[in-house]
Amino acid sequence: MTAVDARPEQTNEIGRDRRRKEDARLITGRTRWTDNINLPGMLHLAMVRSPFAHARVTSIDTSAAEDSEGVVTVLAAKDFDEGLGVCINAWPITPDQKAPAHPPIASDRVTFAGEIVAVVAARSAAAARDAAEMVEVDYEELPAVVSLEEAVKDEVLAHPDLGTNKSALWVFDSAQAGTGGNVDEAISAARNDGIVLERTYRQQRLIPAFMEPRSVVCDPTGEQITVWSATQIPHILRFAFAATTGVPESKIRVIAPDVGGGFGGKLQQTPEEMIVFAIARRLGKPVKYTETRSESLLSAHHGRDQVQKLTLSATRDGQVTGLKVELDANLGAYVAIVGGGVPVLGAFMFNAIYKFPAYQFNCQTVFTNTTWTDAYRGAGRPEATYAIERLMDELAAEVGVDPLEIREKNWIKHEEFPFTTIAGLTYDSGNYEAATAKAKEMFGYDALRAEQAERRANNDPVQLGIGISTFTEMCGLAPSRVLGSLDYGAGGWEHAQVRLTPTGKVEVITGASAHGQGHETAFSQIVADRLGVPFEDVEVLHGDTQIAAKGYDTYGSRSLVVGGEALVRAADKVLEKAKPIAAHLLEASVEDLEFTGGRWTVRGTDQGMSIGELSTAVFAAHNLPDGVEANLDSEATFDPENFNFPHGTHLCAMEVDTETGQVKMRKYVCCDDIGNIINPLIVAGQVHGGLVQGIAQALWEDAVYDDAGTLVSGSFVDYLLPTAADTISFDIDHTTSPATTNTLGTKGVGEAGTIASTPAVVNAVVDALRPLGVHDVTMPCTPERVWRAISEGSAGGETTGAAAPHFDPSTGMSGNVDRTEGDVQ
Amino acid sequence: MIPASFDYVAPTTVEEALAALAQYGDEAKIIAGGQSLLPVLRMRLNAPEWVIDLGHIDSLRGVRDEGEAIFVGAMTRHCDVATDPLVAEHAALVARATATVADEQVRHRGTFGGALAHADPAGDLGAPALALDAEFVIAGPAGERVVPGAEFFQGLFETAVSEDELLIGVRIPKHTGWTAHYEKFVRVAHQWPICAVGATLKVSGGVIEGAAIGLTNMGSTPLRAAGVEQALVGQQATEEVVRNAAALAADGAEPPSDLNGDADYRRHLVTVLTRRAITKALGG
Repeated sequence: MTAVDARPEQTNEIGRDRRRKEDARLITGRTRWTDNINLPGMLHLAMVRSPFAHARVTSIDTSAAEDSEGVVTVLAAKDFDEGLGVCINAWPITPDQKAPAHPPIASDRVTFAGEIVAVVAARSAAAARDAAEMVEVDYEELPAVVSLEEAVKDEVLAHPDLGTNKSALWVFDSAQAGTGGNVDEAISAARNDGIVLERTYRQQRLIPAFMEPRSVVCDPTGEQITVWSATQIPHILRFAFAATTGVPESKIRVIAPDVGGGFGGKLQQTPEEMIVFAIARRLGKPVKYTETRSESLLSAHHGRDQVQKLTLSATRDGQVTGLKVELDANLGAYVAIVGGGVPVLGAFMFNAIYKFPAYQFNCQTVFTNTTWTDAYRGAGRPEATYAIERLMDELAAEVGVDPLEIREKNWIKHEEFPFTTIAGLTYDSGNYEAATAKAKEMFGYDALRAEQAERRANNDPVQLGIGISTFTEMCGLAPSRVLGSLDYGAGGWEHAQVRLTPTGKVEVITGASAHGQGHETAFSQIVADRLGVPFEDVEVLHGDTQIAAKGYDTYGSRSLVVGGEALVRAADKVLEKAKPIAAHLLEASVEDLEFTGGRWTVRGTDQGMSIGELSTAVFAAHNLPDGVEANLDSEATFDPENFNFPHGTHLCAMEVDTETGQVKMRKYVCCDDIGNIINPLIVAGQVHGGLVQGIAQALWEDAVYDDAGTLVSGSFVDYLLPTAADTISFDIDHTTSPATTNTLGTKGVGEAGTIASTPAVVNAVVDALRPLGVHDVTMPCTPERVWRAISEGSAGGETTGAAAPHFDPSTGMSGNVDRTEGDVQ
Repeated sequence: MIPASFDYVAPTTVEEALAALAQYGDEAKIIAGGQSLLPVLRMRLNAPEWVIDLGHIDSLRGVRDEGEAIFVGAMTRHCDVATDPLVAEHAALVARATATVADEQVRHRGTFGGALAHADPAGDLGAPALALDAEFVIAGPAGERVVPGAEFFQGLFETAVSEDELLIGVRIPKHTGWTAHYEKFVRVAHQWPICAVGATLKVSGGVIEGAAIGLTNMGSTPLRAAGVEQALVGQQATEEVVRNAAALAADGAEPPSDLNGDADYRRHLVTVLTRRAITKALGG
């Protein structure tokens, strides 16, 4: 019996631009998003959220809501016991980090607009929402601290009980760490006979804005409590449920079904998940909660929000001698699951690809009465990359040379790899010269510089700017020992299993939980090559703790470089197990066997056996060697020894209309070195999408609060997400320096575009205007800011003003809600 | 994003619609294309008891020739206005502006009358209608009345249409042979304009014989830049004339300040956009 025909010809799957096998079901909606899950007798929840940023809750009257049609119960904090659990912070960045307890429902005090104060359970989502509006909550407003700049003064406190808004100060100093010199000495030396650049950059607050709003369903009726959640982290969520509610982990099953995007925004243990879990258990019925888009923008965690004070020292000819970073990072009202760890991830990246002899990084995390912040695509590394790439352009301007020249003068040369940086990381591979040369050629760098000169000479109202970003990043989170040394509360390994079915098909189980990345396709390609089976015969299973029992999920560009390596090792173990069995069945010695194209052959004969035939033989187990198990299935847990360091050169040309301040992208080229590529099409998708998100920070997105702590940009009317209509077609290509820390030589690509593109765009805008005396434009570079930068020589200042009204709340009748009060039901 | 519950009525004639309005009064909201009302309902900014749907009143759809003017039915969709030959020939500015409203999906749902009656000063149709001396035809219990643009727009989201009345269409005097351009300024494509300028001109032998300039989002209502028009009419269509005229665009305007720009920025911006709108209308 031949279960599987051997492939007629061996063609490598790795490197093929396979269309994603998951796309048909995803883009036609023929899948199970969490909100599509409907269970018998299921109840629906609606949240009552505080419209105030900081207030005492003096009373909650739920009687009208309870009487509303279809309502089962209305609950406030007082109605729950400790089985509700708490929201955890997995990374206390210092031993003395101050952090308030974070109950899923606020009791006597609310600390940001959007915090949950009560919850309605009803027979339909509509009935729950109707009743939520009938819950009467009396608030006594307290002074709110909203901006980072105000919060560090400690005049108004986000949590008065803590006595300060300052949560933790995390410091890295190269002199203390023994990785380099003393930065203050380097700076004072440069003040005498070198260059000292002092700049302050603002990383505005962003909203991850994933396509699928968060949704969670809990079914408590089985032996295991089953939770479906639109999350990136089913394994971590299961741990958090068990650790904080007292329910044994073995009684909890968490499923992340198909999840519609995350970008770090679903790397969280949310209050809503805890509430759904508790209410389902309390009522003994399945319960669902799906947030509205308004709720998502308001209360799902935000990203970025830092003020970076930077001091760079260099010799007169532009050799860098020191970098000092003083960072204030806005935590929002609570320390989220990664929380202060996000800016700390940037600590290792401010030095980037450059050979700084002295470096110091200080990160002060700060509470405000705003939505909590946490990971957003790049998480700490975009902020660092922005700062250093902006500074390198400033240094070039100061020295009076081309910004590429200043970079080349300071970067690590290709023959210097592996290179241990001032921040203590060892970059395994890279070639900045090659990526830059290729990008320059693709871009037509010299011709665009010539056009720029011409426009300047002609005083053209539309000026041209060229922006550069020669980025690197650390991804592949993360070596567990390093995480341990940073006091992170978990590890960073990944787990995989490879199972062979009796008919010779392959099931792959991964602990990396995809939410749009294309794991099923890329992992199938890897296994198809490794085992020599058809791509179509590989099934990738993930995102369910009952199937993929172990895992650390998907974030930090880790799935391929950590999860992929676990997969390779599991597949290799299958082959190791199979080899003696194949030898036995082929009546040959193990030494005489060769494995190619999915077949074992006996050297020098025409005898052979495919892996499919072998799995059938193992299933039957009629003729196995003595003492050999009837099982080829294997698993592997891979813990990386090092991070993974993709890099690239991004070049951006921007046209700036000096009359209106409008900016327009003319050309964007990037040459990323991400090592060996499994699927070029998926890579292109990651790069294009990543670029748009990075460009959006430079030009469009900004989560703005007013002084009272109301999120002004609380809908997509005012939070400007770009669409395809706002972007151009990007030119992308690659150079290849394979990573030396994983078998496949791959590097992460999920965050690269986002990390690299923001400074390239802003550098281009500033470059266009530099002859006009402009050396910075605050992000996002709105037309108004650019215009003010031109007319006032400033960076364009703060965003002021309220949301533009386009819907008419003033003529409302019954049930009217004044949205300036922040109510977003 | 679930609206509060409401009852729904779908009249098939204007008379039935007026009767429904009379019956439900201030507990009712009219839905035309729904592109402004539905977000309001879904975000629960408003919760009417009744929604009166005009979508089944066929007589309110379409553009017709009325001799000296064209009449655009209130329920004519943006996509139909933007491609209508009568509009293109006699009210080119309306065609140009309508083609820029929001995005393709919205233009296939949203209606001409609905957008005007919503009276968002950042809406794209008010300024062109005002510039072209459009008359607004309003039906009510006492019959029809006709209101000029200057009286129709009364403030932010406020029009001359009272609670028991209905905008049934807009009569636009023919501007045959007038060139037009609508210069719209946005940060992202699907956004309401930060500011926009509609310019339409009649030029003969190099001399500007007629000029109508409307401003979007430069006050609580659409505005007409009368000073600019006066500075153009009777002049040679030169760059200098255009530049000097456009410099007057912000006179009398009281633009808003919001996330997309402070008032002083808009006052500057409108002069640049006016110059560009006129220049492009002149074929530049």
